[in-house]
This record gives sequence, structure tokens and C-alpha cells, in this order.
Amino acid sequence: MPTVTMTVNGKKVSGEVEARTLLVQFLRENLHLTGTHVGCDTSQCGACVVHVNGDSAKSCTMLAVQADGADVVTIEGLANGDELHPMQAAFKEHHGLQCGFCTPGMVMSAVDLVKKNPKATEHEIREWLEGNICRCTGYHNIVKAIQHAQQTM
Amino acid sequence: MYAFDYHKPSSVADAVSALKGADDGKFVAGGQTLIPTLKQRLAQPSDLIDLGGIAELNGIAVSGDTVTVGAMTRHAAVAGSADVAGAIPALAALAGGIGDPQVRNRGTIGGSIANNDPAADYPAACLGLGATIKTSAREVSADDFFTGLFETDLAEDEIIVSVSFPKAEKAAYVKFDNPASRYALVGVFVAKTAGGVRVAVTGAGQDGVFRVPEMEQALAANWSPDAVAGIAVDPGTLNSDIHASAEYRSHLITVMAKRAVAAAG
Ligand SMILES: Cc1cc2nc3c(=O)[nH]c(=O)nc-3n(C[C@H](O)[C@H](O)[C@H](O)COP(=O)(O)OP(=O)(O)OC[C@H]3O[C@@H](n4cnc5c(N)ncnc54)[C@H](O)[C@@H]3O)c2cc1C
Ligand code: FES
Ligand code: FES
Repeated sequence: MPTVTMTVNGKKVSGEVEARTLLVQFLRENLHLTGTHVGCDTSQCGACVVHVNGDSAKSCTMLAVQADGADVVTIEGLANGDELHPMQAAFKEHHGLQCGFCTPGMVMSAVDLVKKNPKATEHEIREWLEGNICRCTGYHNIVKAIQHAQQTM
Repeated sequence: MYAFDYHKPSSVADAVSALKGADDGKFVAGGQTLIPTLKQRLAQPSDLIDLGGIAELNGIAVSGDTVTVGAMTRHAAVAGSADVAGAIPALAALAGGIGDPQVRNRGTIGGSIANNDPAADYPAACLGLGATIKTSAREVSADDFFTGLFETDLAEDEIIVSVSFPKAEKAAYVKFDNPASRYALVGVFVAKTAGGVRVAVTGAGQDGVFRVPEMEQALAANWSPDAVAGIAVDPGTLNSDIHASAEYRSHLITVMAKRAVAAAG
């Protein structure tokens, strides 16, 4: 079986995986980082979004072997100890979540947006969230949370 | 997903020989089409040959009147490239409208045109601009490359290396998105190039992407939305599915063509 080595949330990790192992499976099942969710099998919902070498990606649509040598950040890697990341704090403050299932992917996607386009307009934020589906909130408070985080990040 | 062996060669030549050496090998680029297909067990390759380690397949170069995009260049890189935006703004805009940000961060131009999904965006740019596709074996024009639904002129062990687009005097792409997938329900690429006027339609054809000679002639005589307003593609040659009837697609082609000509200015 192939061995993969990558940096996850700042720590070097490695493991033996079958070539067909998805990155999300490696994160959840080998590393027990279960914050990254799987919400669909059609690459559409975005619950699995993580950062790979600084860009948001769907970890359900990538093989673990393709992330060999990469720098991966998951939702678990955002907070600084007990102190929430400004995006997480903004989601809490603005009720950007209800059941919370989509939230890890939403937050990771939103952090990528604010890094790349700090002054994104409301329209651009909504466009950016095309790949993240939420069944609960109606998106409105998610957008408000991201607008707030634009000030605090 | 069924099991397979994984290879990550660092040159085109090694990738071709890895494929030749495999029972039933397949290349993987961004994986945004192939991995969902494997997850659904719709394909069972014996080997996956990852093109992600081949540096020469990546990158964008503008020289003279040509924009060359390496096969492994991600949609987000094309969308965000100042060089592409300067040379062929319609191409950058098209790349920025593919799927969602995460698909654009992984998906590649080579994967998109090799797959030739009848609703994909890049085939319309290739055919609409009259691109040349460079492979591990030869160069082929877009007119000869796209041969049918999910079908291209590529051999099993042939790798797309890059796609060269001629600059256009005017060009625009307008698509009517499927609201769920963002694939084109109908997309129309219009261009006025040194080689003449070209109109390419994706999302609608029974055989995939196609040109509309009647619109091209009308636009060559009179570049204005009015010139195409009265021209309709025969619904008999178009797709009907749960998303739209052939008649509706025919209607949308004319409307998108008008909008594209207006947008191209
Ligand atoms: C949710 C979602 C939404 C999407 N929306 C759109 C959309 O709106 N418009 C659109 O156009 N597309 C859309 N796509 C598809 C996306 O653009 C894919 O990235 C693209 O179709 C395939 O590119 P890839 O690099 O991911 O290729 P892969 O999935 O890695 O490969 C696809 C096929 O191409 C072959 N291949 C790949 N590279 C080469 C090469 N260099 N030479 C020879 N063969 C090669 C592979 O063997 C495979 O058969 C969407 C995908 C998803 C998951
Ligand atoms: S789990 Fe739905 S997109 Fe990855
Ligand atoms: S909060 Fe429930 S899916 Fe988004």
C-alpha cells in the first residue's frame, strides 16, 4: 500500500493508505479529524472543504495520495487554542449555523474567500458559496457572518 | 470505488509509457470528473496515472497573438490570470464561471476537453476561437478534436499537453446555467478572429459542442445582435432531457447568441 506524508494543521503526519482512499477518509478515519464532513457523493455540497496548499478544495473529490507532500488545513486547525478563529466567532455571533452539518465546509470556504478577496461584495460572497449547500439557514446569516469576518480577520 | 494502482510520473513520456504498460489505465488530472465517476463505480481502471507531477503541463504563456494554456492549468488560474484577461477576456470569464470555487481550484483545462461533456464550457471556447490542441503525439484543431458526446479524437495513450487560443478582435461567452450544477444548459461562444467569425454552442447538441454556420455568415456581414435574432437551430438536432426540451434549448441558443454578440461589443 502507498504511504502518504503531509502536513495537517501544522503537524507532519503519515500513514499507509489504499490508492483509492479519499483525502476526507484519510482525515476522518486515519487521523480522527471528524470535523470535516461528508454530505453527498456527487461533489456538490461542500461539507468536506479543506485547504490544500492554501486553496480550498473538496476533500471528497481528491485522493489521499494526491495530497502527498501537501499542506492541509482542516476546521480543527483554525482556532488558536480556546480562541476561535475570527470566521468561527463571526458564525457564532451571527447565527450562521443551525444544525451545523455544513458549517466546517462553509467556514473553510469563507476563510479562503476573505484571504483572496478581502473586500468581496455581498453578491461576490453569495457567488463564492456556490459550492457549499446549507439545508437550514437560508444562507442569509452565513453571508452576514462572512461580512462581519471581513472586518475582523 | 474499486481498487487501482496509482502512478505519479514526472514527464509526459513516462506518463505515456505508464499508460501503455497498464491493463486498463486512465489519466487523472484535477479529478473533478473522474473521481466522482469512480466513486459511483461507473469506471474500473486498473491503474490511475496522475498528471499532477508533470511540471511542463502547467502554466499560461502569451506570445504574439496566441495564448497557450498548459493542460494541467486549473480553472482558477485561467480565471485569475491578468495575461489571459488582457489577451482574451472572454476566456478568463468563461473559466471563472465553471462550477464553483473548489471545482475551479482543482479542475483543469486538459481534463475538461478530454472529457468533452456535452454541457462543459471549455469546448465552446476551443471551438469558438478555433484553438489548436497540442498532444503528446501531434497538433489537432478544435474542429477535428471534438467528435461526439464524451468523445474526442484522442487515442487512449495520448496526453493533451496544451491548448493554444488565437486572440480575437471581439469575443464573448454567455451561458444559461443549470442552477444546480452550473453546467451550461446552453452556452454560446462568439468570436471575430483573424480567421473569420465563429459561433460555438455547448450544452445543447446531441453530438456535443457544435458551430452554427448560418449565424457565422450573418455576423460576418453584420456584427450585431439583430443579425442572429431571426436564426434558430433546428430542435431536431438538439437534446431533450429533464432540464430542458430541445425546443427550449433552440430558443435559448438564439437568446444567448444575441447576448454574447452584445457583450462582445
Ligand atoms: C460540482 C461540479 C460542478 C461542475 N461544473 C462545471 C461547469 O459548470 N462547467 C464545466 O465545464 N465543468 C464543470 N465541472 C467539471 C469540471 O470542470 C472538471 O474539472 C472537468 O470537467 C474535468 O477536469 P479535471 O481536471 O477535473 O479532469 P479529471 O476528472 O481528472 O479527468 C477527466 C477525464 O479527462 C482525462 N484527462 C485529464 N487530463 C488529460 C490530459 N491532459 N490528456 C488526456 N486526457 C486527460 C482523464 O483520463 C479523464 O478521463 C464541474 C464539476 C463538478 C464536480
Ligand atoms: S461531501 Fe459533498 S462535496 Fe464533498
Ligand atoms: S446549518 Fe444545517 S446544513 Fe447548514
